[in-house]
Amino acid sequence: MSANSAFNEEKGGSSNVGEPEYGHDPASGGIFSSDYKRHDDLKEMLDSNKDSLKLEAMKRIVAMIARGKNASDLFPAVVKNVACKNIEVKKLVYVYLVRYAEEQQDLALLSISTFQRGLKDPNQLIRASALRVLSSIRVTIIVPIMMLAIKEAASDMSPYVRKTAAHAIPKLYSLDPDQKDCLIEVIEKLLADKTTLVAGSVVMAFEEVCPERIDLIHKNYRKLCNLLIDVEEWGQVVIINMLTRYARTQFLNPNMNESLLEEGGGEKAFYGSDGDDDEEEDKDEKDKKKAEAPSVVKRKPYVMDPDHRLLLRNTKPLLQSRNAAVVMAVAQLYFHLAPKAEVGVIAKALVRLMRSHSEVQYVVLQNVATMSIKRRGMFEPYLKSFYIRSTDPTQIKVLKLEVLTNLANETNISTILREFQTYIKSMDKDFVAATIQAIGRCATNIGEVRDTCLNGLVQLLSNRDELVVAESVVVIKKLLQMQPEQHSDIIKHMAKLTDNIQVPMARASILWLIGEYCEHVPKIAPDVLRKMAKTFTNEEDIVKLQIINLAAKLYLTNSKQTKLLTQYVLNLAKYDQNYDIRDRARFIRQLIVPTDKSGALSKYAKKLFLALKPAPVLESPFKDRDHFQLGSLSHLLNAKAGGYQELPDWPEAAPDPSVRNVEVPEWTKCSSREKRKEKKVEKPFYSDSEGESGPTESADSASDTASDSESGSEESGSGSESEESDQQSESGSEEDEEEEERKKKKEKIKAKKPVPESDSEQSSEEEGKKTESKNKPRRGGSDTESGEDKDSETESSESEEEESEEESEEETKKKKKATVSKPPSKPPKIDNKKEKKEMSLLDLDDFDPAPSLSQVTPLNNFLSSSLVTDLEGLSLTDNVLSPTTITPSGNLKTYELLHRITGEGLSVEYCFSRQPFSPDPHMVAVQIQFTNSAASEAKNLHIEDAKLQSGMRMKEFPEIETLPAGETVSVVMGIDFCDSTQAANFQLCTHTRKFFVSIQPPVGELMMPIFMTENEFKKEQGQLMGMNEITEKVTLGEKCHGEHAVIQRVTTAANLSRVPCGSDKECRFAGKTVTSGSLVLVSVVTKDNGAAQVTVNCEKMVIGTMLVKDILQTLTQ
Amino acid sequence: MSHEAVRVDPDMEYLTPGVVDLEQMFWTGLGATYTHCNQVWPNLYIGDKKTALEKPGLVEMGVTHIINAAEGTWNNVSTEMIHSLFLVNPSGDIFLEKHWKSVVSRSVCDYFLEAREKALDPEDVPPVISTPHHYLISIYRDKLFFLSVIQTEVPPLFVIEFLHRVAEMIQDYFGECSETVIKDNVVMVYELLEEMLDNGFPLATESNVLKEMIRPPTILRSVVNTLTGSSNVGDKLPTGQLSTIPWRRAGVKYTNNEAYFDVVEEIDAILDRTGTTVFAEIQGVVEACVKLSGMPDLTLSFMNPRLLDDVSFHPCVRYKRWESERVLSFIPPDGNFTLMTYHVNAQNLVAIPVYVKHSINFFESGSGGRLDLTVGPKQTMGKTVEGVLVTVHMPKTVLSVSLNATQGSYTYDNATKVLVWDIGKLNPQKLPNLRGSLSLQTGAPKPEENPSLNIDLKIQQLAISGLKVNRLDMFGEKYKPFKGVKYITKAGKFQVRM
Repeated sequence: MSANSAFNEEKGGSSNVGEPEYGHDPASGGIFSSDYKRHDDLKEMLDSNKDSLKLEAMKRIVAMIARGKNASDLFPAVVKNVACKNIEVKKLVYVYLVRYAEEQQDLALLSISTFQRGLKDPNQLIRASALRVLSSIRVTIIVPIMMLAIKEAASDMSPYVRKTAAHAIPKLYSLDPDQKDCLIEVIEKLLADKTTLVAGSVVMAFEEVCPERIDLIHKNYRKLCNLLIDVEEWGQVVIINMLTRYARTQFLNPNMNESLLEEGGGEKAFYGSDGDDDEEEDKDEKDKKKAEAPSVVKRKPYVMDPDHRLLLRNTKPLLQSRNAAVVMAVAQLYFHLAPKAEVGVIAKALVRLMRSHSEVQYVVLQNVATMSIKRRGMFEPYLKSFYIRSTDPTQIKVLKLEVLTNLANETNISTILREFQTYIKSMDKDFVAATIQAIGRCATNIGEVRDTCLNGLVQLLSNRDELVVAESVVVIKKLLQMQPEQHSDIIKHMAKLTDNIQVPMARASILWLIGEYCEHVPKIAPDVLRKMAKTFTNEEDIVKLQIINLAAKLYLTNSKQTKLLTQYVLNLAKYDQNYDIRDRARFIRQLIVPTDKSGALSKYAKKLFLALKPAPVLESPFKDRDHFQLGSLSHLLNAKAGGYQELPDWPEAAPDPSVRNVEVPEWTKCSSREKRKEKKVEKPFYSDSEGESGPTESADSASDTASDSESGSEESGSGSESEESDQQSESGSEEDEEEEERKKKKEKIKAKKPVPESDSEQSSEEEGKKTESKNKPRRGGSDTESGEDKDSETESSESEEEESEEESEEETKKKKKATVSKPPSKPPKIDNKKEKKEMSLLDLDDFDPAPSLSQVTPLNNFLSSSLVTDLEGLSLTDNVLSPTTITPSGNLKTYELLHRITGEGLSVEYCFSRQPFSPDPHMVAVQIQFTNSAASEAKNLHIEDAKLQSGMRMKEFPEIETLPAGETVSVVMGIDFCDSTQAANFQLCTHTRKFFVSIQPPVGELMMPIFMTENEFKKEQGQLMGMNEITEKVTLGEKCHGEHAVIQRVTTAANLSRVPCGSDKECRFAGKTVTSGSLVLVSVVTKDNGAAQVTVNCEKMVIGTMLVKDILQTLTQ
Repeated sequence: MSHEAVRVDPDMEYLTPGVVDLEQMFWTGLGATYTHCNQVWPNLYIGDKKTALEKPGLVEMGVTHIINAAEGTWNNVSTEMIHSLFLVNPSGDIFLEKHWKSVVSRSVCDYFLEAREKALDPEDVPPVISTPHHYLISIYRDKLFFLSVIQTEVPPLFVIEFLHRVAEMIQDYFGECSETVIKDNVVMVYELLEEMLDNGFPLATESNVLKEMIRPPTILRSVVNTLTGSSNVGDKLPTGQLSTIPWRRAGVKYTNNEAYFDVVEEIDAILDRTGTTVFAEIQGVVEACVKLSGMPDLTLSFMNPRLLDDVSFHPCVRYKRWESERVLSFIPPDGNFTLMTYHVNAQNLVAIPVYVKHSINFFESGSGGRLDLTVGPKQTMGKTVEGVLVTVHMPKTVLSVSLNATQGSYTYDNATKVLVWDIGKLNPQKLPNLRGSLSLQTGAPKPEENPSLNIDLKIQQLAISGLKVNRLDMFGEKYKPFKGVKYITKAGKFQVRM
């Protein structure tokens, strides 16, 4: 209503200034003279300090724009307000800007900085709206800015901003098509996006910018299919249309075998019958032949590509959409792609749309008309739905008639004809004419009813309405041409009509009939010509031409009676005003009247004129329209509209289906499965496509991961505290599940572990020493220890140190040998394992050439206070430095990053090495081990295109140039997880392939140990009470009794160090989170009966909660 | 126009500069100062795009035609789906225009207006019109034309469906969709359109999302707004847009939690002159009005879901659940919405609730005729038939009618030749009858065709197909909502041929 007032005000305001009321035509010159005055007060209002005045002014201006008036001279005054705080003013300014920026480019530039600032806003909606407006301003100068903004927004963490980026792509493209290549890159990136929000928009951008780059779709095909049902309606339409084209290039025609069968089967009889459907089926037949060719050559049964099936299956539910455009899109997809037997499902949905608005009906009927020619059987059960009501608009009636005609066959023709009879009585004459045409077509198509129809039409000849009669004549003429000899009485009857009928087309038709079959009506024909000769000068041109024709034909057959008449007619025609008629008369005279000069042609005059003419084919105007993609504008207009993408023909042989394979990291898959069970409600419920098979399976789970990550990012984007913690705790529970998974894995690893160890040369030696040191008191948690498995070996760091130093030296030497002179033939497999270990060592060294320097520093930082009191002479720094900590990588839990199969021979595992990451102490070190089990070497292993949640950072490992076949190499990278368990997603690239992988840290890996005294611990704990303290009771698992076991398990679950404690009933651990350095304190108090109490103090409540769960888990086992 | 056109004196002797001179001018920039528009010959101008866009200025200068001789890559690619929208009232005036990209001149509507002139009825205007440079796709709704301008290939249904959404949105916001209402709320309509389309591609079309961004007007708020100058634009973020359930806004709160469902069935039928059913089917729709706090998860089940042959759902309905269990499981949008539409299995014979005895005769001598109509209840399952309305489209030659109705009243519109007989409730004891004489145009021949009757009716508390809602369960929230189901049967396209 306020807008209302604004509108009125505007009027009122203008009259105040004494201005004439505005006409509706903006083009009236008045604007120029009087506008300035009015706009002055608007300018004043815009310049005022009050938001309400500004708002008022903007409302008036927008109202002007809405009415199509020119408000461009206000540009300078308006653009100043682009940074206005009031949201509504701002929005209205945006409206104005988008409308006029193109005309006032220089001034528009003033606003750009505001949007650039907006692009950096922490609020995703502001970022999105800034991008939206920025990209809508059609000013060429800012193209680079737009490009930059789009690129940035495409990797925004908010899917909504990414969606906006997708929308901006076509805008920029239309502004500057030279940006195409850059834009395609962005599109490619966004196509890989896994959120439903983005999918529709990016496919739209794809369609607008680079529809020819079908290769970009391969990798995303399954994902798009699976996401489809959750995409918003408009996006669905665009995606389905695109996928239709895609499928046409990638899959085989599902109907090729079927048509082969039909060829030999029942269809034969059809062709035998006198030309019934020949014409309509003709194309079908051609198609069949075309399709037949490859199938004959191959003699291979057609098997539908599972991806083809996936598309059909996933689109089918959308037939139930409330959106007519979606239903139509699915219908056309089925029509163009589905096996014949399955196309039927769309009929019901299309018939349903007929209940919708008349415009929808109109479009749907057009498409049904085309479909019903090819697939008549599909709509036959719904015949009655196409019955016409007197209240239908004429264009709908005509289309329904078209469909009814197409559906007519021997069995239903009587019903249809009866229906047609009622239509003929309609008041709508255009419709009646169309009905008569339709009857004619039924008669040509179905031999059995030809006579009935003809009789019916003849009866119509006595109709009072001339239009009806005329239309009947035209149709009868066409029908008679089929069997003229049997119907001379009808011709006679029609001859009589020439007296009454005035419609030129009808008269012409009658004259043509009489001329053509003058032998059947020898008596009447000359008489008709006589009458016509009389009225010749008053006839329409089309009739005159037929009179000349008639005269010529009669002259040739019955020259005795008609010679003079013909001469007379030709003479009249000779002086006709119309040159066509004059020409025709001259031509015919030369041809039929023998003179001395007349050439050889006149001998053949009779043959020329009285040749047997083929009967006309009454065919549907919708025939062959299906070469346009159905549902498209081009199809509707039956002409190619700008930007129309041709629907490609089926390929002769299917292209390689493996291009659509997508790698899914094994463990992500598992965890997402778990989550699915957990979060049924949260999930987008529509796409729970369970129980799929084959490649679908993997794609399916990919979509799950997608939606999960989506919900995650959304919530973090919303920024509300409570929500966030909610979510976190939720993901904590997920974590549990995952943990379990991991446990199982670990168990497996544990079982396997001894094998590699015994393989190693020093293993036996080591083992011995380990046993020796078994009972020594445990030192402040060295990284290695906490990372160890459950062997319950406590190693003295000294011995370990020595060993490892030896080891490393030794191995380094070996390594050097290996690297310097690589043996061309691979040593036996047993050696491989060892080498794997060696490699890892060396590579770490390679990676960090000066470990001692860089690693000491961070350690000292957090050791400072506690070192003195608690280290008990243990040189921790050395310990950390010693490569041993890394060596037993088997002791750390390893996770799979890339499976050997999906990685095409390249398998990648990772573990959290629990080393401080030297280049950046706020990062978690992740050790990645590549094994190349393929036959050829892998090159240029590197990371690309990291997709990180906001705040997260990643330090990539240096590119591995080559990894020969059979070799293994380890590298370390750092990831700053921002103290969250959000996964880091990135692409692992080889010289040939890219794999999407992700690393998700268990909460225990997000911290590093620190050393504290008992007192310090108690003090800190005292400060982290209340909300920051989480206490849980637990009954210890059977194997978990005793202090030692507890310590072992806790340090395995989390990267913490032990804090000394007076009581042997209590174990304490301390650490701090890697990113923010928040303290994490854990204490486990055990009781005699196996019960225990776990307390976690941490100011990051989410971390605390998750950690408690993890610890409980590990203790109960 | 802010810049003066350079004028050329036609009488002055003028030498066309040679190539060298032109080149000189080109490189030095001397000799000709750049202006947006030059008159190069009397009444012949060369101008740039800026000039070409300034239509009023052109009119002032007397320019009648523009030839585009521009060459270049930009501006030629059109990538938007819907370029512009015009709202046209019944008399052919454009009262609102919105462009999502560069402005398309109003004159493009002339093609449409031409087609509108030609058509006898507004419904007969073709929805898609092709013009030399654009395609016009229009819908006719609530006596208004929504006309969109398209430049490139786009599924026509896509545009049509969108235009209907626009109309529905206006209806939803302002209670009705009419010229006055739109004109009164022009700014808000404009803002809505801005949000609904981005670069011609639908952005937010869910009413719940839009209402969060732009609040619908209420009397109280409009008073407050005018006093304080505060706005209708929501400052809150439309969370719905970002969630996986975009149709529901977050933080919904009601003191009375209610959920009402109306099962509305329409009978579409064609009866021939003997009263036999040529065609009959039942189309149903479940309209919901859900005012529940929080995030309720509802399950609606039917006693006899097998009756339903073909269904279409609001996007909130979980399709898989329906496929496997035949129950409607959904998180509802807030407020009014259409939950599902359905079609009843064609094998079930449709009960036709009324019958019509009719006779219409025109005297052979012309100039007169008789009409006799009786309507009676047939298969009504014991319910009363209400709101019976009979519409007869008379032949064009019927001038006037003189009839006598035993119940209700009738009107005859001479312009449209429509006879409307409003009967009201059907009383089985005393059947309503309408009889009397028709007078025809003198001299006109006896009409050949017979008119057809359209019948409107309503039966409360009955779903003619026999469909029954079994139960409604709510999960996800603690409170007990008030639930209600209402059945109603109506005549859809119910036609009797005479």
